[in-house]
Amino acid sequence: MTTTPSRPAVEIRDLHKSFGALEVLKGIDFEVGQGEVVCVIGPSGSGKSTLLRCVDLLEEPTAGRIWVNGVEMTDPDVEIDAVRRGIGMVFQSFNLFPHLTVLNNLTVAQRRVLRRGRAEAERIARANLERVGLSDKADAFPAQLSGGQQQRAAIARSLSMEPKLMLFDEPTSALDPELVGDVLTVMRKLAEDGMTMMVVTHEMAFARDVADRVVFMDGGVVVEQGPPQEVLGAPKHERTRAFLARVLDPTRVARLGQPDESPAPPEGPGLPTDGRHIV
Amino acid sequence: MKLRRRQRERLSLGIQYLVFVAIIAAVLVAADWGRLADAFFRVDIIESMFPTIITVALRNTILYTVGAFAFGLVFGTVLALMRLSRVAPYRWVATAYIELFRGLPALLVLFLVGYGIPIAFPEREIPGGVFGSIAIGLGLTAAAYMAETIRAGIQAVPKGQMEAARTLGMSHVTAMRTIVIPQAFRIVIPPLTNELILLTKDSSLAYVLGVTASTIEVTKFGRDMLNDRVNATPLLVAGLAYLVITLPLSQVVRRLELRYAKAR
Ligand SMILES: Nc1ncnc2c1ncn2[C@@H]1O[C@H](COP(=O)(O)OP(=O)(O)OP(=O)(O)O)[C@@H](O)[C@H]1O
Ligand SMILES: [Mg+2]
Repeated sequence: MTTTPSRPAVEIRDLHKSFGALEVLKGIDFEVGQGEVVCVIGPSGSGKSTLLRCVDLLEEPTAGRIWVNGVEMTDPDVEIDAVRRGIGMVFQSFNLFPHLTVLNNLTVAQRRVLRRGRAEAERIARANLERVGLSDKADAFPAQLSGGQQQRAAIARSLSMEPKLMLFDEPTSALDPELVGDVLTVMRKLAEDGMTMMVVTHEMAFARDVADRVVFMDGGVVVEQGPPQEVLGAPKHERTRAFLARVLDPTRVARLGQPDESPAPPEGPGLPTDGRHIV
Repeated sequence: MKLRRRQRERLSLGIQYLVFVAIIAAVLVAADWGRLADAFFRVDIIESMFPTIITVALRNTILYTVGAFAFGLVFGTVLALMRLSRVAPYRWVATAYIELFRGLPALLVLFLVGYGIPIAFPEREIPGGVFGSIAIGLGLTAAAYMAETIRAGIQAVPKGQMEAARTLGMSHVTAMRTIVIPQAFRIVIPPLTNELILLTKDSSLAYVLGVTASTIEVTKFGRDMLNDRVNATPLLVAGLAYLVITLPLSQVVRRLELRYAKAR
């Protein structure tokens, strides 16, 4: 396996995916640069999860090609287990291993896949638990954690493999509203640390503040993409506008146009300061 | 007279208790306790059964059961994985085996293993003698049942578990071994315990292989004593001996289930 650092983290060329007669992805072309944070938004059923799962080859594309860090995922001879070591995946339903403690959730793949010794695996696991604010939960079982804690543990589990790319599929959609913030804070920190991230999300504020680029999907195609202030702040396409009008209630739409109410992080892309409103 | 709902319930409950007490009383009064004790509870016979019933018969019953269970568990897991295999012939073979052996009486299979294999392979012996023959003979049937239980357990583990393991870079086999199968076994502990209890009783079939004084198990031991003393007391003792195995077993399982409940 050779990785070419100069190539984008993810390259997708003319990706098609059908389930039986249902064509879910109808020719997707796009890239995620090294260190870039891309948020994928779009209505339910538009194929966002399918796209993300194709990147990790959890779904077999029907046609088209995908490269991750220069390795072609769609090559039939790809060493899939080796490539996946470099890709972290965070699911909507957490998918922690319920029969293992949190610590062992974080060490099992390190030991079985990366062949790290117990001491080293635990050291790395504890460092990552600290990173997501769960140092005190190492010996708990997943069932003893709240949803937000479970999702943070799942993120720490992926990070323990030291991936170059993290994929998130609606990581906060299964959470109670008051638990969403903690998970988003962890993801925001990750982005600030330079992680390459591809995030399917309905959290528009997160997309606005953290994403370098927002991709709007509908009906199995990418309708438009660009910096968050363009796609969210001044969408060009009618479908994007209709979608944003539906997901953002009027008060939040108004606030999205007034950045002074919730200041963006200093280096963040920020929002248009001219008070443009969506819709 | 009209009764209100709670009164009706109380009355119905009262009648049920009354019937229960009446039946117990009738049995207690009607039974000839002297003769019953004579037939089933002769202290001298009970004493003569000890310690052999424990040191030989019960020990062998446990050995045969554990042996058959261990064989059935390993072979049953293999069959379950074959049934879930992507290789079609594996699925066919496993399905055929399971259908066949679930349909055959355990006694017949035991007989075939005990007498058929020595005829087919005269040069070789089944390792472990009578013990090996029984473990394999009963285990072959048990494996067919356990395979179906284990397969259902594996399929009951959410698909996301395998996916999460694979995205961490685990191979299918590693994910199966470290993530899916351990969870499947927690799911199948209750049905597998049933199988173990059934096997405890099936171990009484060992007699078809012609057990000797040292390889005798509880039921045969009880029956021999019955013929010997022309008294049913040994059967009562044999029955109690089985309870000595099965009752603690149920307890252990309850504990395990509680412990795993925490980790679910
Ligand atoms: N394994 C599958 N088999 C058949 N159809 C599927 C499968 N997975 C997804 N689909 C279908 O593909 C379409 C796109 O699904 P996908 O999960 O990618 O949408 P999504 O954009 O992630 O939606 P949501 O926001 O609801 O998660 C849907 O119509 C869905 O029913
Ligand atoms: Mg989805």
